[in-house]
Amino acid sequence: MDRVKKNMNGSRKNHWSLIPITGILSILIWYFVVWLGDFQAFILPTPQLVWLRFIRSLDDGSLLRHFSVTLGEVMGGLAVGVFTASSLGYLLARSRKLERIMSPYIVASQSVPVVAIAPLLIIWFGPGLTSKVIICSLIVFFPILINTIIGLRSVPEDLYDLMRSLQANRWQIFSLLEVPAALPVLFGGLRIGATLSVIGAVVGEFVGADRGLGFLINVGRGQYDTSLVFVAVFSLVFMALALYGSITLIENKLLKWNMRPEQRILNDT
Amino acid sequence: MNAVTAEPILKVKDLSTTFQNDKAGLHVLDQINFKVIESEFVCILGPSGSGKSTLLRIIAGLLPYSQGEIELDGEILNGPRPGVGMIFQNSNLMPWRTVIENIQLPISLQNGNILDADSPQKLIDLVGLQGFEDVLPRDLSGGMAQRVAIARALVQNPDLLLLDEPFGALDAITRERMGEELLRIWNADQKTVIMVTHNISEALYLADRVLVLSDRPANISLDLEVTLSRPRKEEMRYTKEFGQFAKQLRAAIG
Ligand SMILES: Nc1ncnc2c1ncn2[C@@H]1O[C@H](COP(=O)(O)OP(=O)(O)O)[C@@H](O)[C@H]1O
Ligand SMILES: [Mg+2]
Repeated sequence: MDRVKKNMNGSRKNHWSLIPITGILSILIWYFVVWLGDFQAFILPTPQLVWLRFIRSLDDGSLLRHFSVTLGEVMGGLAVGVFTASSLGYLLARSRKLERIMSPYIVASQSVPVVAIAPLLIIWFGPGLTSKVIICSLIVFFPILINTIIGLRSVPEDLYDLMRSLQANRWQIFSLLEVPAALPVLFGGLRIGATLSVIGAVVGEFVGADRGLGFLINVGRGQYDTSLVFVAVFSLVFMALALYGSITLIENKLLKWNMRPEQRILNDT
Repeated sequence: MNAVTAEPILKVKDLSTTFQNDKAGLHVLDQINFKVIESEFVCILGPSGSGKSTLLRIIAGLLPYSQGEIELDGEILNGPRPGVGMIFQNSNLMPWRTVIENIQLPISLQNGNILDADSPQKLIDLVGLQGFEDVLPRDLSGGMAQRVAIARALVQNPDLLLLDEPFGALDAITRERMGEELLRIWNADQKTVIMVTHNISEALYLADRVLVLSDRPANISLDLEVTLSRPRKEEMRYTKEFGQFAKQLRAAIG
């Protein structure tokens, strides 16, 4: 057992130690490309310039301001999207009839790209937070809906029988059986949804906004401040990674029972 | 054992069931009649697909029945009842609950208001799972998981225990051992037991009475009183009497 543990840990450490190596390698390649093409800074800035721009926008507080605006939109959209999609998913999973009536519309709605209707939403709801939250929740909606339905359909019929034979009421069946049983699949949807929500917020800000990281990208482009564009893009990547990581962390805490044995060993140490 | 004087706790009268899953409908149970008296151990045998699980699910109140009448404890059955414990073929544990949490489930569903509930710890001891309280079902062997299922069914102190091929997924030796334990528990507080099995030897070893279901649509083709003495002993499986009973059952199953 002990040997297994060590090996597992070892391989995990190796895996993480790759990140700085690949990071340094990418930066070197980046330098090399700039040097090779002899690009001007507004076409492709050096990593050093991007770093200096990053420090500057941190110092004047603008980066943090725009970052938190976008984060608010992403989280708001995620919350609204998850709530509506999982509620509807619950109803559809409970009723085959309702699913048959609704699913053509739901599938059809997915063929409308959110990018295409984003301008409409900005017209209707203004360039502020509301329109962005709606855009994010629309993008998040479908994967959460599907995963909710799949999760609930995966609850074993025998466990329903058990709960009914123990005279569980509707609420107990929901909270003690359906929610925990569907949670692993739902978390899968949540992870996809979180990254999609970041995309939604940026799309919304591109179309119409006066703040946020998407807005910052537009500003940088307009002023030929390409370093600023890079700073904003890296911030978005960081945001998506952080969200994904937090969700995985919560999942690991909450769903220990659902992990593969080697994952549990890692988690305990 | 004192069949003449004891009042039946379960009466099944002219029970018939048809599943309406297609146009024709699947006629599963046909005119089932039997009675079970208090603290009797009854086994139900029958070919696969004959409707054994269906019958048990109806008695558990999980499946509505359209024709016939079922009386449990002097009242017409129309849904799941307290005081009925059910044990399924797969242990049917909640994978996110530990052993002790699974056993506590029936109590927590009643918000602790079960008059004569047993303490989960006592049941852990009874089924021999000391030290496994905080283990998750995924780390249990099949036999241990089924012990947890038995403890969970017993925790609300049911008068009637319904088992649907509870040991069907276990290897032969574990299966016999679990049968022994079930007998021990049944002896200790004389519950009424109805157990579905497709194992003739198991049915004979455990039961006071064996009901044999025929092919679908099933009726009861044999209602056999097992007059082997109690307590049952391992050697009895090899006696002539046991063999004759087995032959009779084998013939009835067809
Ligand atoms: N809920 C149901 N709906 C439709 N058909 C069912 C249902 N449950 C069982 N059946 C059918 O009824 C028959 C008897 O099933 P079952 O009682 O499980 O048999 P057994 O337990 O004796 O093997 C089978 O053919 C099965 O397919
Ligand atoms: Mg069956």
